[in-house]
Amino acid sequence: MNLMLKTTVSLGVLGLTAGAAFADCGIEGAGSVRILSNDFEALRLINSTAEECASDGVTVTANATAEHKNLQVPALSINPAEYTVAVVANNSIVPLLNDDLIRPLDDLVEQYGQDLMPNQLIKIDGKTMAIAFMGNAQHLFYRKDVLEEAGVEPPTSYEDVLAAAQAIKDAGLMDYPLAASVKPGWDLAAEFVNTYLGTGAEFFEAGSAELAIDNEDGLRTLEIMRAMTEFMDPDYLTFDANAIKAEYEAGNVAIMNEWGSLAGATIDDEGAAEGVAENTVLAAAPTVGDGTVPAAALWWDGFTIAKNVSDEDAAASFQAMVHGISPEMVAENSGVATWLVEGYEPGPAAVGVIATANGGARAYPMQPYMGLLHTALSTELAEFMAGNESAEQALADVKAAYDTAAREGGYL
Amino acid sequence: MPHKTFFAFILPSLIAMVLFIALPVVSVVVQSLHVEHGRVLVEVENCQPFGGCTTELRVDTAATEALKEAQPLGQFNGFGTYLNRGHLAVDEIGAILASNSGLGDVVNRIYNLPFYKALAFTLVYCFVVTPLAMALGFAIALAVNALPKPTKGPVIFFSLLPMIITPLIGSLILYWMIQPRGIVGATIQEIFNDPTLSLRASPLLTWLSLLAYGVWTNGPFSFVVFYAGLQTVPADTLESAMIDGASRWERIRYVIIPHLAPLATFVALVQLMDNFRVFEPIVGFSAEANATSLSWMIFNDLSGDAQLFGSAGATSVLTILGVVILLMPVLVRTWREFNRKVV
Repeated sequence: MNLMLKTTVSLGVLGLTAGAAFADCGIEGAGSVRILSNDFEALRLINSTAEECASDGVTVTANATAEHKNLQVPALSINPAEYTVAVVANNSIVPLLNDDLIRPLDDLVEQYGQDLMPNQLIKIDGKTMAIAFMGNAQHLFYRKDVLEEAGVEPPTSYEDVLAAAQAIKDAGLMDYPLAASVKPGWDLAAEFVNTYLGTGAEFFEAGSAELAIDNEDGLRTLEIMRAMTEFMDPDYLTFDANAIKAEYEAGNVAIMNEWGSLAGATIDDEGAAEGVAENTVLAAAPTVGDGTVPAAALWWDGFTIAKNVSDEDAAASFQAMVHGISPEMVAENSGVATWLVEGYEPGPAAVGVIATANGGARAYPMQPYMGLLHTALSTELAEFMAGNESAEQALADVKAAYDTAAREGGYL
Repeated sequence: MPHKTFFAFILPSLIAMVLFIALPVVSVVVQSLHVEHGRVLVEVENCQPFGGCTTELRVDTAATEALKEAQPLGQFNGFGTYLNRGHLAVDEIGAILASNSGLGDVVNRIYNLPFYKALAFTLVYCFVVTPLAMALGFAIALAVNALPKPTKGPVIFFSLLPMIITPLIGSLILYWMIQPRGIVGATIQEIFNDPTLSLRASPLLTWLSLLAYGVWTNGPFSFVVFYAGLQTVPADTLESAMIDGASRWERIRYVIIPHLAPLATFVALVQLMDNFRVFEPIVGFSAEANATSLSWMIFNDLSGDAQLFGSAGATSVLTILGVVILLMPVLVRTWREFNRKVV
């Protein structure tokens, strides 16, 4: 055991030094790069690639943690900021923008961003505030063998999904053919946002923080979500994205709505029951009602540079991150994520996300008060999903909770 | 002891108490009276990798910063946060009482308000778990006390296990056990011959699981204290009771329980305080859909995409008040007994 440990440590050290020896990101001058990111495979990969840029004058450290959202605002508020780079997504960039904690990147893009594609630049009010490097969305995963056996066509709308589930159940193939991550909290709210986006309606009145989901589209969204639960494991209210992936891989589920970033791990050879991985088809998120766009929020992940750091650190950080998301890294790891990088060849795991994006799905909203709505949805929809409350009551509760929070947050 | 010496003796603790207890409480109270600044919003063009450019509202950071500098604490809101829907919901309750269709409707609609929903579970947890855990602890203490000496050590160790592990891990272990494919969940399905029975699905069963967890994890503390107390029961009294023909139950009823009563007060005090802050099992059991607590509400306000410090502050103050109200009878009793002894 002890010997094992020593070997591992020495191998690790060897790997690190070897990496440093070969690294050449051409960072001019000195600087300190301190990265804060969420914790999943693609981001860990970018962090470790950026760490290759460490040299005599440049230090690179990375903190990948699921708690990043709670850390980023306080950590970037101090001067100098605790982290020079915050890796964000559509939603987590908002608190940073609200408090003016990240810097415009246009001059850095001009100087060091020759490899970036125009659609990687997240422009707000004409200024580049973040560099996107991957896209993500929840979309359909289904078992073609089970659908064939039940004699139904692959679903393209939620109505099809429900019909297919009924057919699978009637054929006695599975008791609970559907799964969705509807655990109260962030997951349940995201599911509502996905479905509601598919109706084409807006969340807020134009030009104000006034909530606008209390309508026919809101009701239809809730009805669909509730109808799906008829075909889900009775414990559905405790299932998050990882739990439904496990259920699916165990062969208990035929159709599920799951993150594109988990597709690679679902269709690989590891961890799945026999017949699951090879029969899995990834497809665009289904439409809802007479809507025509996939009912799913499109997400981008990107990096931002802190405002409260020296220009030298900012330049070093930008270059290290550009190296981290370089086309070479993407070429070597094309199966890990749906990269938004020059020269990316989509692998089999990216099919669903790309189909969802091509179908015209809408991006997750970036309004400053969207987070408050997400929180209100996450706590107020649980009773409805459990079947203890009417859809009208649930929407009224969401509105009341959102209004309270938005007033306290200074938006109403 | 001269006053000066006594003062010098307790000064370090006094400073620590002011720094780590009094000041934070004051800061939370001040925070709870304030809400965020009004945000100045401007329309800007927002371009993303998908969907092209749209016009959206943004916070005008420079203008908002100026507001912040003028009022660093935020807008003064007085007791507004305490009275809003997220907390005491005075207006909503008024509306419910003004128009309703009977008592059931009133209870249902009040339970639908987040604060009262959380309070209901918190109080039930307190008043069910505390006495049951004390009874369990007392029963284990009596049983262990009657064991032959060599077996006592291992039995005590195993009885203490629920207290030794971290509450979150403990709740996760139990959570996995009650899953339909876990050992407890599968056994229950077998016993009731119902393959769809799930302890996590219905509110009632979720509450029962959480309460069972509470008794399981709180029992050892009562056991340790009562077991220590049992060692101090005067042997003479027990022996004379036996000579007088008292049965084992009568000895417990008339000798041991009165002897341990002051200890029971102490245990009840600590446990009530602990249980009022119930949090870990709700997270561990993923029970947010069916059960929330005041501590969970604070956690919910402080995490997620948008943080509401004023709201979390108000819930914290209400929690402190709740603990004080809960402990009042016990505190008053202890205070009276203390005074009687002094006089």
